[in-house]
Amino acid sequence: MTEKITVALAGNPNVGKTSIFNAITGSKQHVGNWPGVTVERKIGKRVHNDVMMEIVDLPGTYSLTAYSLDEIIARDFIIEEKPDVVVQVIDATNLERNLYLTTQLMELGVRLIIALNMTDLALAKGDNIDETKMQEFLEVPVVSTIGSKGNGIEGLLDAVTNELHRTRVTGNVFTYDDEIEDKAEKLRVILDSDPYFAHYPSRWFGLKLLEGDENIIKKGKESDSFPKIQIILNETDADILEAKVADQRYKTIQTMLRQVCNINTSHLSGSDMVDRVVTNKALGIPIFLSLMWAAFEVTFTFATPFMNMIDIFFGWLAETATTAILVPWLASLVGEGMIAGVGSVIIFLPNILLLFFMLSLMEDSGYMARAAFIMDKLMSKIGLHGRSFIPLVMGFGCNVPAIMATRTIEDTRDRLITILITPFMSCGARLPVYVLLAGAFFGRDAGVVIFILYALGILVAVVSAKLMRSTILKGEDAPFIMELPSYKVPTLKGSFIHMWERGKIYLKKAGTIILIGVVGVWLLASIPAPGSSGTFASQEIYGTTESMIGMIGQILEPLVAPLGFDWKIAVALLFGVVAKEIVVGSMGVLYGVGENEESLSNILSAGSMTPLAALGLMVFTLLYAPCFACIGVIKRETGSWKWTLFQLAYGTSLAWGFAFVIYQAGTRMGLMA
Amino acid sequence: MNEKKLDFIEPDTSVKVVKVTGQKSSRKRILDMGLTPGTRVDVIRRAPLGDPVEFKLKGYNLSLRKREAETVLVEVLK
Repeated sequence: MTEKITVALAGNPNVGKTSIFNAITGSKQHVGNWPGVTVERKIGKRVHNDVMMEIVDLPGTYSLTAYSLDEIIARDFIIEEKPDVVVQVIDATNLERNLYLTTQLMELGVRLIIALNMTDLALAKGDNIDETKMQEFLEVPVVSTIGSKGNGIEGLLDAVTNELHRTRVTGNVFTYDDEIEDKAEKLRVILDSDPYFAHYPSRWFGLKLLEGDENIIKKGKESDSFPKIQIILNETDADILEAKVADQRYKTIQTMLRQVCNINTSHLSGSDMVDRVVTNKALGIPIFLSLMWAAFEVTFTFATPFMNMIDIFFGWLAETATTAILVPWLASLVGEGMIAGVGSVIIFLPNILLLFFMLSLMEDSGYMARAAFIMDKLMSKIGLHGRSFIPLVMGFGCNVPAIMATRTIEDTRDRLITILITPFMSCGARLPVYVLLAGAFFGRDAGVVIFILYALGILVAVVSAKLMRSTILKGEDAPFIMELPSYKVPTLKGSFIHMWERGKIYLKKAGTIILIGVVGVWLLASIPAPGSSGTFASQEIYGTTESMIGMIGQILEPLVAPLGFDWKIAVALLFGVVAKEIVVGSMGVLYGVGENEESLSNILSAGSMTPLAALGLMVFTLLYAPCFACIGVIKRETGSWKWTLFQLAYGTSLAWGFAFVIYQAGTRMGLMA
Repeated sequence: MNEKKLDFIEPDTSVKVVKVTGQKSSRKRILDMGLTPGTRVDVIRRAPLGDPVEFKLKGYNLSLRKREAETVLVEVLK
């Protein structure tokens, strides 16, 4: 009979926690979200010494206060779910700050094991750490590991299973001055006598009350003993105390470090030397821009042949299926509905995989924090964090992976705003629409028009961010307190795992929404409109006035008429939600010229449309509801239909407003007549 | 006393933290990151656009926006 236990993996960000997690669980991982929030939760399984371990990767945190969502998640998990063992991964090259979290985990009274990670780098740096002494001082097992190479993992797992049979050590290694200890003890007595608090480690709870932790005070207020607690709290000044607590924790850590290790502080590290160049006043920005350009090229240029192959393959598959199936409506459902639908999900996969591979290299090497450091000034002007820059730039390639890339933005509100404005970054799929219309109507000035469209997208994004910051997502800017971790050589394995995870999440979570959307549009284009004599899903009615979508287009015509659009444009725009580039193809079909773009541009410029309406249509295409794939990832990343629908409504209203002004004002002023 | 705000300190200067002021949430995080009174902090550089600023303390590198650095009172070390 195997024992089943839960092991929580805690640690600061950038300490190689993910590589330890990967080394323990291999590919047996499940990635999801913590309940109710969009912070990622990874769970893996591993059997060791006949013990079945469920490994839960806690968010990387520096501390366990109530001021950051990640920290609340980590500490609530430890308090509420009571994992059997907590493993804290510590960066051996950065002991002092890492041990600060250790002090808090110990106060939580957990069975703690320390994985002293990156010991190879500490050694190379000239640090000498005596693990045995450290173990004696902390009274918890210390195991040295090199996560990137998988060294020390067996030893770590042995320590976990051994720990299960040991009695829990409650030694209070970290003590404070008499005033704090005295009050903490008084509080402990009160807390221990009230069954309401039985769930919490009382010493920790008492200290948190003294520190004025809002979350804990709120919990305390719900108990009957709170008046007694209040008396003790009134005697102290939480602000002074919280500084003292932090200070004394660090003092104890320093005392310990003097005994257990020899840290080489003399030489300038390789990392510092790299930073002299990479974040240099003159070179920092050019280097950043070149790396951005390289990442962009790799993601979107390298992906193109793969995307073409996927496109050709699904085109072939759809055609084969359509000819093989003899029932016409079924052939159309399978070919134009389902296979095309699956194709439109998979087509984004090369982009997503490549982008996340690149991002993972940048994140794991430590460059991502530098990128945020370099771009922060610019982003702070619109109330965002430096980390918002990269997703926004990637949006020019494709909004779908760009929105997925917002995961690296810590602050929930910053992240939400970045997600909501990313669709205004004009993606590659909108370009064919501009090229056709600008080419047909603006001839030699087509380039200028396209440039203006891109610029307009950026402008709308910037203004929207500012607007949201000061209205619906109001609030103080999150404090900018960011570690610049030392540079490391990223591992291919780590980047591949990361890339594969993102791909899987996309297919699973966003895939369904995309598929439903695409099949839905197919149905609308295939079901005969009331009163039509056409048959369901026949070529004759597909997407025409005889179909539901055509009818909807005609119903919508009065709405788009002030923009200079007719019902055909309305239908093309509806199709465009499947994928923006389809706008062109559907217009071709609707205007009766097939997919031939040249004849379409001839027909359009010959009088079906005025140049002003064409300009309006391009702006409309830029701003209105994004494609189903994008809608799918907005839903997945915001975790909310409300925000997803808000984006659609907001973008579409803006699109309408701009197109209206362009057409009406332009016509009245007699422009481009 | 020669107390100065950390955002005023030029790069390549070493300082000692005297006190962290400011709003509770950011103050707590700054303290947690190790900027406790008495800690030595080296000002490394400003970002190419002038803000944020990079510091070295306790053997690691940290960046703060000037807005956060302003809440840290320091004394310049000779």
